[in-house]
Amino acid sequence: MNTMLQILQKDLFIEWRARSRTISLISFAYTILLLFSFAVGPNAVAMRQHAAAYLWLSILLSSTLLLDRSMRIEIEAGALHTLLLAPVSKAGLFYGKALANTFQLMVLAGISIPLIYVICDATLVESAGWLILTAILGTAGLAAPGTLYSAMTARMTGKQLLLPLLLFPLVVPVIVAAVKATTLAMLGDPMDQIGAWLTLLICFDLVYWSLCGVLFGRVIEA
Amino acid sequence: MSSVVQAQGIGRRFGRRWAVARLDLVVGANERLLVIGPNGCGKTTLLRILSTLSVPDQGTLTLFEGKSNPRENLALMAHEPGVYEDLSATDNLRVIAQLASKSTTSIPDILESVGLEDRSEPVSTYSAGMRRRLALAVLLLQQPKLALLDEPFAQMDPAGIAQVSTSILELPGAVIIASHQVQHAAPLCTRAILMDEGQIRWQGPASKAEAAWRALHVERGEL
Repeated sequence: MNTMLQILQKDLFIEWRARSRTISLISFAYTILLLFSFAVGPNAVAMRQHAAAYLWLSILLSSTLLLDRSMRIEIEAGALHTLLLAPVSKAGLFYGKALANTFQLMVLAGISIPLIYVICDATLVESAGWLILTAILGTAGLAAPGTLYSAMTARMTGKQLLLPLLLFPLVVPVIVAAVKATTLAMLGDPMDQIGAWLTLLICFDLVYWSLCGVLFGRVIEA
Repeated sequence: MSSVVQAQGIGRRFGRRWAVARLDLVVGANERLLVIGPNGCGKTTLLRILSTLSVPDQGTLTLFEGKSNPRENLALMAHEPGVYEDLSATDNLRVIAQLASKSTTSIPDILESVGLEDRSEPVSTYSAGMRRRLALAVLLLQQPKLALLDEPFAQMDPAGIAQVSTSILELPGAVIIASHQVQHAAPLCTRAILMDEGQIRWQGPASKAEAAWRALHVERGEL
């Protein structure tokens, strides 16, 4: 637990020190959202109906940059070897990094949602609590497998291409559930389905966080 | 005398080529060993095996006489500094000290000893020589019982070499240095081994390492 908190603190500290990269990441997410709005055109109904999909696709595409960078900082100057020889617990290392990635993706989601409301003229029929809970569970579902795969691809040639190729198919269920839950929160949930989608997200998160935590140690030692 | 390294017939293969092959090595608790040899002779691979970051494909390696978790007692100064590019030298040492459960009070002294005091800029702006100094600072912070140094004098100016030599002498426990710069590394060591094609070709006192190194070059027709 102590190692996990230290890694979380360390990763967030590094991101704070290199915050120009965070600004680039937010700009990238905003650009994707604007491109979606340009591609759909002046169709307010379609924009409103698909606002949740645009939001989550923007987060997914931006997440590959963030996840790739999260492991690159460990590899580029050999810091990972220092950590392994420190020695830090590999489970602590994984959960610390995955939590740091979840937190950053949540911030990205929090910053993207206002733009979605502006460009898609979106509504919020249900409680904002549902939207926040969906954002937490959805970003956690991206962060755990993303942290594992970024560790797996960090030393490979063509890692920028490999990471999304490996990650995207795995997180399709998370994206589907997050988009459905967000859409229900935004447009209304007359049949009380949001709870079922969030339960599905919780199940995926539990599986990903436990499985990836077990596999991470083997991946970084290899 | 207790040993920190006991390697019996260790080897490491990359594809069909053995970088280290059937190598036997024993290093005492406070011994200072110099590893020399031409490029590609297996020095770095040997250090990585001894650091436990690489697993040997053959042979057995016993560190600290089989005590649990040898990583708690060893440190490796590799080609990369082993730090975070976005942080300053002080921030890096502080982060590493916290993760390795070491005291942070010695950080200013360590940075002064390697000539990196008053450096608040991120490591990404450092020169190659400054990165080597920082890598050594990480090692000094860890105070390991077995320090593995891979080319500690690479890209250093004469003043840096003198400073680094002094810092290496301050390291506690056993020290294994792999270096091409025999004239700088030999005075810091007691024993030396000469590696060629993954195996030990010669071993003896460090004071005779330069002669053995020259003999290998003559044999190869390079002198």
